[in-house]
Amino acid sequence: MDITRRRLLVLLPAAAVAWKYVLAGTPEASPNYKLTEHWWSMLIDIPKCIGCGSCVRACAEENDVPDGFYRTWIERYHVADWKIERPDVESPNGGKQGFPPNEIGGKNFFVPKLCNHCADSPCTQVCPVGATFVTPDGVVLVDKTYCLGCRYCVQACPYGCRFINPKTNTAEKCSLCYHRIRKGLTTACCEVCPTGARQLADLKDPKDPIHEFLRTHNVQVLKPHMATGAKVFYNGMDGSVR
Amino acid sequence: MQIPVEGFMYPNEVELQWSVLIVLYPFITGLVAGAFILASLERVFRVEAVKPTYRLALLTALAFLLVAPLPLQLHLGHPERSLEMYLTPHRSSAMAMFGFVYLWYLMAVLLLEIWLDYRRDIVVKSQNSTGAARLVYRALTFGSSNISERSLRIDERLGYFITLIGIPSAFLLHGYVGFIFGSVKANPWWSSPLMPIVFIFSAMVSGIAAVMLLYMLSTRLRGRQIDIRCVDKIAQYLMYTFIIDFSLEMLDLLQRIYEADESFRSLDFMVHTRLWKSQVIVQILLGTVTPIVLLGLTQIWKLSETARKRIYVLAGCLTVIGIFAMRWNVVIGGQLFSKSFLGYTTYKMAFATREGLLIAIALMILPFGILWVLVKLLPPWPDAGPLLATGVAPARGTS
Amino acid sequence: MARETNLFKDIEHLIRLAVVILVLLAIFLVLRVAVVPPSFGEYGHYRGAAIGEAAARPVAFAGHDACEVCHTDVVEQKKQGKHVVVACEACHGALAKHADDPASVTPAKLDTAVVCARCHEANSAKPKGFPQVVTADHSGGIACDTCHQPHRPKIETTPSETKKAESKTRTEGKN
Repeated sequence: MDITRRRLLVLLPAAAVAWKYVLAGTPEASPNYKLTEHWWSMLIDIPKCIGCGSCVRACAEENDVPDGFYRTWIERYHVADWKIERPDVESPNGGKQGFPPNEIGGKNFFVPKLCNHCADSPCTQVCPVGATFVTPDGVVLVDKTYCLGCRYCVQACPYGCRFINPKTNTAEKCSLCYHRIRKGLTTACCEVCPTGARQLADLKDPKDPIHEFLRTHNVQVLKPHMATGAKVFYNGMDGSVR
Repeated sequence: MQIPVEGFMYPNEVELQWSVLIVLYPFITGLVAGAFILASLERVFRVEAVKPTYRLALLTALAFLLVAPLPLQLHLGHPERSLEMYLTPHRSSAMAMFGFVYLWYLMAVLLLEIWLDYRRDIVVKSQNSTGAARLVYRALTFGSSNISERSLRIDERLGYFITLIGIPSAFLLHGYVGFIFGSVKANPWWSSPLMPIVFIFSAMVSGIAAVMLLYMLSTRLRGRQIDIRCVDKIAQYLMYTFIIDFSLEMLDLLQRIYEADESFRSLDFMVHTRLWKSQVIVQILLGTVTPIVLLGLTQIWKLSETARKRIYVLAGCLTVIGIFAMRWNVVIGGQLFSKSFLGYTTYKMAFATREGLLIAIALMILPFGILWVLVKLLPPWPDAGPLLATGVAPARGTS
Repeated sequence: MARETNLFKDIEHLIRLAVVILVLLAIFLVLRVAVVPPSFGEYGHYRGAAIGEAAARPVAFAGHDACEVCHTDVVEQKKQGKHVVVACEACHGALAKHADDPASVTPAKLDTAVVCARCHEANSAKPKGFPQVVTADHSGGIACDTCHQPHRPKIETTPSETKKAESKTRTEGKN
């Protein structure tokens, strides 16, 4: 076939459109990813959380989480006046379908919870065989082909973020959507959060906005007295949060 | 099944992780360690009075030790992968060390000690018995039929040395179970430096009581006379060990009540409601205070032999039940409250499942079955029939 | 001489036992080399290949970048309103399969009564500045997209009516 100018005028735009469709597909894992160049964490902005449950649903769909178990969940707090040591907390089905409306006074807010991907993770410390571990890029993962299902890690986690998947009989928990972040995407929960209350952050990336945020805001981690090196940072967290 | 929750629990905490099988495991290894300590009383500390129970204590320890891994295997999500604990043990994990401590205790201590103590009898039986039994005894001789004076003396010396190592090994076997719980900082009911020590002492108490009961029962079944001096001595050791155990537990409790830290309110409520029957009534009142008082009575007043025997049986039974309750309260109790300290869940024990009550009962009966076989194979009785075919002086453990 | 031979005979049973133990130990060491996965210990005390396996899992959510390549009209619409920060799949669900092969998977039409209410139904725990209504009072049960275009939710009316609508939404959100 001769490549005439006419044919080219038709073919090139067609090729450009086709290329767009090719690009629109999901990305592959980036080949240049170096484990030691990343140190993953998450930032949760409590005043922004509206308790819609999108993150819980998205996580369940992205990671095939069975019903009744939660890789992430939302808690609703009600603090009456000065009683910060005794808040009322609820988490109906982990907040998966949102929360039923209520008309109570006092201080109320939502707290999303997930695995804190601890730098000094107690679950990793107690695993008898090395089935759960901290990757060089800071994500705590479970090797489900190696896990015995002894449940020691579930006992050792101070945050209650681990469970045993009844289908695989192995330990399971939030993986920070490792399969997504390796492909340059963000986690499923951060992707769908409508208010930006959840943000993935790479602490080793000097351009990551988390550094400026941490410098200018008062942030906390959950249960700092456990010295777990938790890497999920909570902005605007009340003292009543357990 | 819907599990009733009071207050707030983290969503993944509602269903208990460790079931009644994990209650059984420390109970069984506790009996092992305790029985062995009783045996070592005679061998190392030369307490002559308890000699009649020496061999029985060793066989009891072995019977229970063989059953010990079973509740763990049944509990694992993937028991077929349990070899990984030997192949790639994670050195920072107390549980990983289980495999090696267990193997060490089984092979290097218990089996070796039993073999050395019984070797003479084994060799004699390999020559005198017939059929399948003969094959078993011949295998146990490892092909050597030498039972000269010198070889027996060497066995004796080695056996003494092994018992000597065996005492800290027994402490390690059960102490590390205490450490598995005591080192979990996430759980304030478990996290305590006292945990391994409390476990060891309660193990000794349960083991001593169990051997005492087994000795009394088996002697009765064989229609022989119970050596009252022996049982008196065992009961005395039981009482002293129990007092130490009780003091340790009360010390822990008093300190917790006094300091009343963040977790205390939650734990206190749990003890007063969900654990009231199993902790206060069964473990403390019936299972600890009553036996101590009963045993104390026999020390203070001069009671008749019959009365003492009856008290020992009662105290022994209550003790064993009480120590089981203690394991229950530690393992199950530690999972009934939320790590948010804002709520409580319930333990729904199934009946006929892999981790249910039926299996637990079967696992508790199994060691007695094994003990029966061991006792037939290697009779531990002090007044056993003619084993002395060669006219050599009787072996150790027989009077 | 005779005594020495006797000594060997007297400890022969122990030597036999020692040999058995050594054989068992040798078997264990061979087993260890044969059975432990080759990548174990590569980065730490775990199977190094597990990292690659975790990374290779297929994704369910395409991510808004993938949607925006084709659906540029929606992107333009969203840019004009508050929903510009809301990812496509937050409402439309996981659509990586659709992004990979648009013809094979058609995203389902959404029920706005359910989808919108999840975020915008009034709740005392939601931040006060966040637009929220009691839907029964606000719309009397009719579908949200009767009046609101979900990609650009603000209803365009005259400036004064817009002001009134805005203040109404704010007071309805207060408890």
